[in-house]
Amino acid sequence: MSQLWIATLLSSLICFFLKYLGYRIPESLLNRPVIQRINSLIPIALLSSLVAVQGLTIEQEVVIDHRLVGLLVAAIALGFKANFPIMMLLAAASSAAVYNL
Amino acid sequence: MAVAIPVGTYGAAFGAASIAAGFSILQTCLLSLLLFSGASQFAVVGVMGSGGSALSAIATGSLLGFRNGLYGLKMAPLLKLKGFKRVIGAQLTIDESTGVAISQEGRGDEAARYGFWATGIGVYFFWNLFTLLGALGAGAIGDPAAWGLDAVVPAAFLGLLWPRLTDNKTRILAISAAILALLLVPIVPAGIPIIATALLAVIFGSRAKQ
Repeated sequence: MSQLWIATLLSSLICFFLKYLGYRIPESLLNRPVIQRINSLIPIALLSSLVAVQGLTIEQEVVIDHRLVGLLVAAIALGFKANFPIMMLLAAASSAAVYNL
Repeated sequence: MAVAIPVGTYGAAFGAASIAAGFSILQTCLLSLLLFSGASQFAVVGVMGSGGSALSAIATGSLLGFRNGLYGLKMAPLLKLKGFKRVIGAQLTIDESTGVAISQEGRGDEAARYGFWATGIGVYFFWNLFTLLGALGAGAIGDPAAWGLDAVVPAAFLGLLWPRLTDNKTRILAISAAILALLLVPIVPAGIPIIATALLAVIFGSRAKQ
């Protein structure tokens, strides 16, 4: 089985299992303040590093290119409370414009 | 349905990004049908697309999926599900359905339950429909960068991150995580820099009360 299939099926299985687990375990087990705090912070750390890695690296190098323009435009759009579709379109359009220069 | 358009755009972006990362149309659609959690799906295709191993893709996706389990804890006493309905309810337990259910709690349990199911089913339908459209669309265009697709993925992560940056602590964590990841990129295999930043969240969360 290829790596892509393994990633597709195993991540689906584990993510479903995590959802289902929430309905099967007693609430007291995870309802501790420290767990709640870490749980709300993990997405922040992962999403932020994903922004950086997906926007600023190619393979194992840090690279500044057209994607950074798209990201900056996205950040400005989010700062102006643009909704999701508008923000994505602006990011794609600005990045593509710089790439096609 | 107010959620349909943003979910549709985001789903189409996922479909396209997944194809650009090398996944087939079938694999892309299976991720939306079976995994069904936007951030985790983007993470899996993002890590694989940047050359990471399946193991780091699975680990990153699962770490991001952990919060759905805690949503389930919150939803279980409200929904009181058994058997097959519990399987369906669990699969639909995501940011949007949980968020709507919680926002409706003031109007009674019935309204909260309705909010959960209506949002969960609506998002599931549009997310999967637009994943397929995005995947088909991406197959039809040539170079993803020429269409700005390579910027769409980090922009999508930024859009998910933005509303979570509510105070200085979360902003400092976000910036530290981004810097740590970039420092690690040249020296460890792809995928690891992202997982490593989860440790920062654990450190930030175990210290400091606020």
